[in-house]
Amino acid sequence: MVSIRRIILDVLKPHYPDCLAFTSAIAEKSPGTRVELTVDEIDEKTESVVIVIEGENLDYDVIAEVISNMGGSVHSIDKVEVTSKAN
Amino acid sequence: MSKLHDMFKQLPLLFKITRSRSILRRYFVVNGFDGALTMLGIIMGFYISDWENLVVIMNACFGAAVALGMSGLTSAYISESAEQKKQLSEIEQAMVKDLENSAYGQAARLFPFVTAAVNSLSPMVISLIIISPIWAATLALELPFDALEMALLLAFAILFILGMFLGRISGTYWLWSGIRTLLIAIITAGLIYLLVS
Repeated sequence: MVSIRRIILDVLKPHYPDCLAFTSAIAEKSPGTRVELTVDEIDEKTESVVIVIEGENLDYDVIAEVISNMGGSVHSIDKVEVTSKAN
Repeated sequence: MSKLHDMFKQLPLLFKITRSRSILRRYFVVNGFDGALTMLGIIMGFYISDWENLVVIMNACFGAAVALGMSGLTSAYISESAEQKKQLSEIEQAMVKDLENSAYGQAARLFPFVTAAVNSLSPMVISLIIISPIWAATLALELPFDALEMALLLAFAILFILGMFLGRISGTYWLWSGIRTLLIAIITAGLIYLLVS
């Protein structure tokens, strides 16, 4: 079975919800994960952030939906770490 | 039904997005103040005129309370829905993305209603509290004081409480803030007394 352990996303988001609420919402929808957000660039109405999400079995669709619901959009998936169990 | 349920579940997030707590607080105080002062003015006018028909006084006050509520409902809804649409379109332009189905879209649809409800209920409920002694007197209930005097006292007390509330928000001394709004009420009552009598 293949599972996503770590994913790094380049995301464009509005200023609100702020970074704390943004990361908390991702962590809330994907229990057992560790979420790290770094602000890369701030514009007048938006900010580019890099989000690192780590967990045992991440569901990318859920994460993308949470980001989209908060008005953000995933620009690119910059890094992924996937593991599989030997049969 | 489930869409409405989802919307209410998202309410804390929607508050964060729109930063509307302070707007709602402002609407509550400003329109509540309007309601209390309007009732104070009408009741003071009747009190000076020595008018004794309590049903007429209550109907006049109730009519004014409903009008204040309707005015608050429609004005807040129209202005807030325009404001929310503008904000949504600005964010959409910045994000180069349609946000209609996101929490931003939900906030733009929901908050005009929430603001309108606060803006309407605040003066209406405060007005109804103020005229409650007059209503009680029309039902022939025993009151410790004259119904109009009790209503006037309630108006002064509510204006003092609104002042205290403002003091707590601004972080200034609550008593001074309460006294300031009470002074406004006393000056208003004094002006009405001078002009009417």
